[in-house]
Amino acid sequence: MARLTIPAEELMRSGHSACPGCGASLAMRYVLKGLGPRTLMTVPACCWTVIGTPFPTTALDVPMLDCAFEATGASISGLRAAADMLGLEDVTVVGFAGDGGTADIGLQALSGMLERRTDGIYIMYDNEAYMNTGIQRSGATPEGAWTTTTPVSKESRGKAEPKKDVMAIVVAHRPAYAATVNVAFPEDFLKKVQKAKAIHGPRFLHILAPCPPGWRYSTEKTIEIGRLATDTNVFPLYEVEDGVTRISRKLGTAKPVAEYLKVQGRFAHMDADEVAAFQADVDARWKRLLAQEAVA
Amino acid sequence: MPELVISGNYAQSYAAKLARIQVASAYPITPQTAIVEKLAEFVASGELNAQFIKVESEHSALQACISAAALGARTYTATSSQGLLLMHELLHWAAGARTPVVMGVVNRAVAPPWSIWTDHTDTIAQRDTGWIQFYGESNQEVLDTTIMAFRLAEHPQVRLPVMVTEDAFYLSHTVEPVDIPTQAQVDSFLPKRDLADTLQIGTAMRMGSFTGPDLYMEFRHKVAKAMERAAPVFAEIEEDYRAITGRDHGGPLPTYRVDDADAVLVTMGTATTTAKGVVDELRAQGKRVGLAKLRMFRPFPQEELRRLATSTDRIGVLDRSFTFGAAGPAYTEVAGALYDASHKPQVRDFVAGLGGRDITPATIEEVFSHLLRGEGSEVTWVGLKRREGVATHG
Repeated sequence: MARLTIPAEELMRSGHSACPGCGASLAMRYVLKGLGPRTLMTVPACCWTVIGTPFPTTALDVPMLDCAFEATGASISGLRAAADMLGLEDVTVVGFAGDGGTADIGLQALSGMLERRTDGIYIMYDNEAYMNTGIQRSGATPEGAWTTTTPVSKESRGKAEPKKDVMAIVVAHRPAYAATVNVAFPEDFLKKVQKAKAIHGPRFLHILAPCPPGWRYSTEKTIEIGRLATDTNVFPLYEVEDGVTRISRKLGTAKPVAEYLKVQGRFAHMDADEVAAFQADVDARWKRLLAQEAVA
Repeated sequence: MPELVISGNYAQSYAAKLARIQVASAYPITPQTAIVEKLAEFVASGELNAQFIKVESEHSALQACISAAALGARTYTATSSQGLLLMHELLHWAAGARTPVVMGVVNRAVAPPWSIWTDHTDTIAQRDTGWIQFYGESNQEVLDTTIMAFRLAEHPQVRLPVMVTEDAFYLSHTVEPVDIPTQAQVDSFLPKRDLADTLQIGTAMRMGSFTGPDLYMEFRHKVAKAMERAAPVFAEIEEDYRAITGRDHGGPLPTYRVDDADAVLVTMGTATTTAKGVVDELRAQGKRVGLAKLRMFRPFPQEELRRLATSTDRIGVLDRSFTFGAAGPAYTEVAGALYDASHKPQVRDFVAGLGGRDITPATIEEVFSHLLRGEGSEVTWVGLKRREGVATHG
């Protein structure tokens, strides 16, 4: 029998209000399994504002502080400073924000927190659009994806611009630790969360969190699509520690991106040329990541 | 007790230090900068055991304070003008989350055109956010009120953020002798923060949260009631402060020579000191005039104003900001408070001193002269220049 590598402890309750198949609910569950009960969670406006359940209930067994949409980084810094002054040095302070709240409106506060070298963990759970408000495009939406603000018609082919590389922005701040994780790879996910917990200084996790209603797929496919994202090199798993990049999962031959795209309604309009262009972009980015790893 | 000759900015810094703040978070803005520079010095020298978070924006400054306060730290920030406007979203947040943040604000005009001089538009624009607001007349008052602000903000019957303002340059950069209470005095006045109603590690709890139409109104009503309680609670606090330091600043609406006055001018901030001098001069000429200072703007001293109205027939309000499409904000609030008063004096608005234009004794004399004549429009812009550079009225 295989050794159980995922902690059995649950700090997120089943009584939450996520959609069926929600990647973001798995993200929170795994994060808390890795961080344990001495965790302080701060959450801006995002899906988790709602998933966390309304007053006077909560889905978490750790304290959760709501903060303003664009201010997660500052909230982490405030909690850290207070924790240190109040004799709670051992507490892990975590900000848990969506991709819109991180890549767009919260980028400044994230940058501030990293530059100040706040001892805390910033987590971006990335479902690649403003899902809580109804699937509007964010800076983290991939090129070509349909959203309600990047419609598909003869003249419009979904989002016209490429996905913002938040990891690269974070790494430019020289954080203590930064890693990508995917809810479809829980062992790697937990290993990186536990590693992050043991390190001091500014830490960042980029979580891929597939979203059935936003990505237009049926709810049982979250893990399958999540695995495809990594195995096609669309969402590589890697970590950057002290400036050194290490890729966590490498396949001899990656699967074609078409396999990832064709199972999601948001990419259903893409023709062969568009798929080929997407593939070329993924290949180029993978090459750059390999080069980044080789440098170290 | 030592007396120091310090600026209004340093009065804020010394007050925060004496209050033993644990977390400060601030962003530089003229003319506030000296407040946080001094705090940074206090922390660097070890005189103040606190974390000073140097944030990348005013918005983040207040979020950091709110989060730190939610965990139980005593927190302080300071800002001015545009910075305060950027904080606006978080001002609502601080009050709604019932976090006892204390903030010093150097009152400054808002752009455009750029102006770094005194004007109350910045803080007046925050009057509906749920913050208790004090307007300071002197550096001593700023220091004392800031120390009292922490106790008021943290009082279990209140738990609301408090703003203590001072006029740009007239106080922020002007040095005055300030009597500094001893640390022992402040410690006996201001105990450590009670950690009830803060985030508890290892506990299933959510602060902030969200709610539907079934409960939202009740949350707002709780803030409204807390704001109402702030007035009587502050009276007790100022009484205690006087018992320990021998000083108070006269409650929410201190008055000056209002007995038998035919006309009373309501002022805010530093214009008050100038106006007191004019009241003395006019009294010497046999004119029966007096003055009332709106020291506390939130909660608004409605009862005190109604009492004042029983003894005079004319009230003028000196506004250092303007609500476009209506009138000066202090005027509308004063007039509104008196609508249900048993005795309704004539109330007139005088808009003056915007963007740091000096309110001189001549300005105040002109205002009293208008007021005593009882003529003219409801709202008068005093000392307004026309294109040719000639001062006119109305």
